[in-house]
Amino acid sequence: MQGNTDEPAIRVKSLRKTFGSQNVLNGIDLEVAQGETLAILGRSGTGKSVLLKLIIGLQQPDSGSIQILGQEVAKLHLDELNEVRKRVGFLFQSAALYDSLTVAENVAFPLRRHTRMSDGERKQRVHELLSTVGMDEHSHKLPSQISGGMQKRVGLARALALSPDILLYDEPTSGLDPITSEEITELILKLKEERKVASILVTHDVPSAHAVSDRMALMRDGTFVSEGTFDDLQKSHDKFVGDFLRVGSQVV
Amino acid sequence: MSTVNSIGVRFFEWWGDFGVFFGRLARVTFTPPYEVREFIRQLDEVGSKSLLLVALAGAATGVVISLQTRDSLIRFGGKSLLPAVVVLSIIMESGPIITGLIVAGRVGAGIGAELGAMKVTEQIDAIEASAVNPYKFLAATRVLACVLMLPLLTLAADFCGILMGWVANTLMEPISLRLFIHSGFETLRFSDFLPPTFKTAIFGLIIGLVSCFQGMRTDGGTEGVERSTTSSVVLSSLLIILADVLLVRLIQVFFP
Repeated sequence: MQGNTDEPAIRVKSLRKTFGSQNVLNGIDLEVAQGETLAILGRSGTGKSVLLKLIIGLQQPDSGSIQILGQEVAKLHLDELNEVRKRVGFLFQSAALYDSLTVAENVAFPLRRHTRMSDGERKQRVHELLSTVGMDEHSHKLPSQISGGMQKRVGLARALALSPDILLYDEPTSGLDPITSEEITELILKLKEERKVASILVTHDVPSAHAVSDRMALMRDGTFVSEGTFDDLQKSHDKFVGDFLRVGSQVV
Repeated sequence: MSTVNSIGVRFFEWWGDFGVFFGRLARVTFTPPYEVREFIRQLDEVGSKSLLLVALAGAATGVVISLQTRDSLIRFGGKSLLPAVVVLSIIMESGPIITGLIVAGRVGAGIGAELGAMKVTEQIDAIEASAVNPYKFLAATRVLACVLMLPLLTLAADFCGILMGWVANTLMEPISLRLFIHSGFETLRFSDFLPPTFKTAIFGLIIGLVSCFQGMRTDGGTEGVERSTTSSVVLSSLLIILADVLLVRLIQVFFP
């Protein structure tokens, strides 16, 4: 897979990962250029989320190479890896907001730890981030007091807190109703246009992937079976690719 | 035979993983930056929210010891020894072990359930992805809070136990608090008081380590959280009782 520039933001080569006897990733190669959005589609349980967790170093690969912003993740000391992580925003599938903290405190969490902002500056930054995702009026609420779609928005604001160079979205629209799903898609699109960060979007939501991505890759049995633009994928003669795009578009 | 082998393997696997967890925690706990805010929050969670429970348990123990030993002492003509027996048995064993077991139940279950739920909802992954060490932020703060608060909670249990021991005694046969305290503490030495009180720091270490370990290795959704919660309490309580056997003997050897 080729990105748009010579210096990709993310470069993955021959990545393999197994859990017990199950081959989850079976030799993945990908590149994402600066400012580019790659959508990875596939059925549930095909290892898409595992790929994102490997990229950010939350899990260790069996073999292969992962480079983020030119740095080989596996060779980094924990402190160095954490410096890389500060430049990557991660929106988790379940939003993964901290239950015991309010919406505003969740967004302030990375700021409090990794910046020297005063209380006033931090509050202002949290206000800006929550306004960006349309959640400013809910800043005092706990995660349990807001809906799933709202939690995703707050998760996105938290992922943006340190102005990352890379954004990783793990199923941002899963479990949401079609209207909320579209709102989240529009939000991702808006962020893409405004911030121009490199992104990987893992999803099985075909319209959402079509709307926000520059390129798409379809995953099956731990490997990419097809890649290219949406139009390229539509022209594919592979039955699985055709079925996935057709059914995926109809369902949503 | 294969079942016995499997249990044996799991037993050694558990201790191996627990050792790795302890080692990892020991490395990060005393290296800056320190998670002061979270540590203070955990002191409150472990300490002030357990205080009432521990005080009640201590008080009940004091009443029971007073009532039961009274009959025995009367039978052997040693009624005047009652205050000393109450004070010694509460300070040297009942207060510390009751506090350890009560905190293992309340705090151990709380930590196991909280960290277990955080694990299965990806919150621990989110902390790590935010470039914050979850061992330092979640585990070290909780373990240190348990270590620090257990001796203080033990003092509360001891105080309530002795006070209620006097109340129970004086309801049967009036005796002034001053005389009860004087008789009770007359033979007490610092070596009777300090080691048993501070041994509860080890109980705190066990509760904190076991429940954080069980919580952070949770898998399998809500069922996994339930398993972590139960195992945190059961293993903490069991290890406290076993550690107590060893600690009592060590105290006898080093503080004769």
